[in-house]
Amino acid sequence: MTFALLIEQLLNGVQLGVMLFLMAAGLTLIFGVMGLINLAHGSLYMVGAFACASVAALTGSFWLGLVASLAAAAAAGALIEITVIRRLYQRDHLDQVLATFALILIFSEGTRWLFGSFPLYLDIPPLLQGAVGLPGGAQYPVYRLAIILAGALVAFGLYALISKTRLGMRIRAGESDREMIAALGVDIRTLYTLVFALGAALAGLAGAMVGALQSVQVGMGEPVLILAFVVIVIGGIGSIKGALVGALLVGSVDTLGRFLLPQALALMVPPDQAGLIGGALASMLIYILMAIILAVKPRGLFPAQA
Amino acid sequence: MAEPVLAIRDLRKSFGALKATDGVSIDLYPGEIHALIGPNGAGKSTLIHQICGTLRQDSGQIRLAGQEIGHRTVAERARLGLGRTFQISSLAGEFSALRNVMLAVQAGQGSSFRFFKPVMRDRALTEAAMERLERVGLAARAHVPASELSHGEKRQLEIAIALALDVKAFLLDEPMAGMGPEGSKVLTGFLDRLRQEAPILLVEHDMDAVFALADRISVLVYGRVIATGTVDEIRNDPAVRTAYLGDHA
Amino acid sequence: MKRENAINLVLLLALLATPFIAQAMGETFTVTLVTRIAILALAAVGLNIALGLGGLVSFGHAAFFGTGGYAAGILASHAMSGEPMLFGFEGSNQMPVVWLAAAIAAGIVSLAIGAISLRTSGVYFIMITLAFAQMVYYFAISWPAYGGEDGLSIVLRNAFPGVNTMRPMEFFLVCFGVLLAALIFSALLRSSRFGAALQAVRQNEVRVASIGISPMPIRLTAFVLSAMITAVAGALYADLNRFVSPSMLSWHMSGELIVLIILGGTGRLMGPVAGAALFVVLEFWLGGITERWQFFLGLILLVTVLFARGGVIGLLAGKERHG
Repeated sequence: MTFALLIEQLLNGVQLGVMLFLMAAGLTLIFGVMGLINLAHGSLYMVGAFACASVAALTGSFWLGLVASLAAAAAAGALIEITVIRRLYQRDHLDQVLATFALILIFSEGTRWLFGSFPLYLDIPPLLQGAVGLPGGAQYPVYRLAIILAGALVAFGLYALISKTRLGMRIRAGESDREMIAALGVDIRTLYTLVFALGAALAGLAGAMVGALQSVQVGMGEPVLILAFVVIVIGGIGSIKGALVGALLVGSVDTLGRFLLPQALALMVPPDQAGLIGGALASMLIYILMAIILAVKPRGLFPAQA
Repeated sequence: MAEPVLAIRDLRKSFGALKATDGVSIDLYPGEIHALIGPNGAGKSTLIHQICGTLRQDSGQIRLAGQEIGHRTVAERARLGLGRTFQISSLAGEFSALRNVMLAVQAGQGSSFRFFKPVMRDRALTEAAMERLERVGLAARAHVPASELSHGEKRQLEIAIALALDVKAFLLDEPMAGMGPEGSKVLTGFLDRLRQEAPILLVEHDMDAVFALADRISVLVYGRVIATGTVDEIRNDPAVRTAYLGDHA
Repeated sequence: MKRENAINLVLLLALLATPFIAQAMGETFTVTLVTRIAILALAAVGLNIALGLGGLVSFGHAAFFGTGGYAAGILASHAMSGEPMLFGFEGSNQMPVVWLAAAIAAGIVSLAIGAISLRTSGVYFIMITLAFAQMVYYFAISWPAYGGEDGLSIVLRNAFPGVNTMRPMEFFLVCFGVLLAALIFSALLRSSRFGAALQAVRQNEVRVASIGISPMPIRLTAFVLSAMITAVAGALYADLNRFVSPSMLSWHMSGELIVLIILGGTGRLMGPVAGAALFVVLEFWLGGITERWQFFLGLILLVTVLFARGGVIGLLAGKERHG
């Protein structure tokens, strides 16, 4: 039974990791290509979740909702890139932080304005309801497995996009030499808008998929955003590969820590205390992991170019 | 010959399979300008980084005035008298020329952890700094922000800062970079003034400037010093000619 | 600089005079509002040492603000219940003791966070300070001894010798006094040798190291001093609300503290005061007009960042100059 539980927790960890990867990939891509730190990335996640929930409620189809989440997040991303973000590329990080912080206030309050203060709920589509058996006799929800699969597909798709396509080539060129790519006659403004919208769409997709597991509400994006920051700090800012490894690491350490730490402590102290101390320690675990990795590798596990 | 002020012995540094610094030994003697030249990718800037402490060597020694500095931090090396001077970037561009020199005086005295006494009322600082500015002829511009000084004035400021620091050996990294054709003339005056304070190790890509300025030259190719000598010796060295001057001379 | 000094003086006098006028007109709530301004200004004066002078964009100062708040709450609750805490210490309801405890606690936390995060710079530093503050936040939520998610009430505001702190006016004067002390400290600091080195490290780190000043100890000292001042503000904030909760540690709080400084003018001595005044008044005024005030606050902030970078002080006093 414990073994089955462990497998289940491990899968939960991977599922969390996949979500974090979708967020972190966009963040790290935007930082790598444009040198921008975007706090409002969590708002795009929220936009995706709200778009999916409301379109699903309207049409009765989760799948249409999923399409809507991609479209809405990409559109919101493109819109803020053209109106605001574009003016920030040449600014220092402080200005970027503040302007995108302001965008969070606008997005959060704007969403509350449109949808009210009550959370929306999103049902898991019939196709993905139910559970499958795991070795050891446990059951695992199909939907969570589907999220893991979707994340794996996106990771593979991103890899193919960046290493095999013309757009990917331009993105790589943009990372290493902004002037050269401009000299090659690539329309850099359009490229940036495209990259930003792509990152936004990934965040929106993550929001929509998580929306069916939790409630869809204002402020849902921020905790995920900060975890995604931890992911890219661990993985190395600008590295997609680092984002993937970091996300899986953070996802599994966080989930397994919450599961195992109280049990491990129960061997040493009374069970009620073990739960308390273990819970508190587990909530700090990924930050401690981040601190340790930074102490050894200040630029993360897979530092991008100098 | 006198003892070298700066002595680099068998310095080595690799990045993976690339031997960026491959057993380099260089001496800098009192009063001289010693130029280090070499084609792009010869490992000049890797070497400079190791000397000033931003990169750590794999093996070998760096001695300044007889003291081993190879394992010290950038700031510690500076406090021991290694003066790295920059051509373009000011110490603190927002500060006035006077406050830049005051900062150097403060650094030379070794105490930055004083929290209450206003520096502008600290006559030990202001007078010492003003005296340096007067010596380089920049006193009239003492209260102008460093970033608003002209190129020439910025160099005067660099000398004033160096005067405040008690430098034992200077390190100059590509001083000609980004300068127009008039540059070398201005630079000559600058280096002559610096040389009166301490000997200079000059790393430079521009051959003509080096031949005009240097007392001695070391040629770096693929991380190795292939020759060291006077300007004439280097000009006529067959190894240098084939390895480096071939396409220039 | 002359003109900026005059503006600074007017600002301080206005801050001091407003509660007296409000009190005379019977507007007690205004006294509380101005007290809030003074406390937030104090927190931002702290942050401004790291951010304005040192160029260290800490997105985690809520951790220190909240640490101060919890120091006040925890000491007060032990003093109230008589239950001894660590080392048999029985808590305290005396403000000077509480402030000292707040400053020491935040000093220790900031030393640990600073030692790790100052090894990095730029975006890394922003994200790491944010992440560590979030760690403290989650710790406060999941540690149930002092209220966990629900927070901790302070039944009676902590006491200050010779003052009845439960009276809004007298509590305001205590807060104003601390703010004034912090401003004087901050003014001395910026013109001292340490301040010169700190500002130079911000302008050109490599160059400062090359004249023999190590940037790391300078930055770490600034970061810790900055955290300690912000923590004292946190203790006062907890006393003002007579309540401390994890929301004081939240990343919104960190963001707000930065916003205060930017609204007022980055690196200016009185920037935090001007910014806090503007922020609280804006919040109050917009909050009276529309429920959606955060939306408009966001818009105003966005416009300020994009188009008016000098903040209030910059607008009034022009470009900054160093002697």
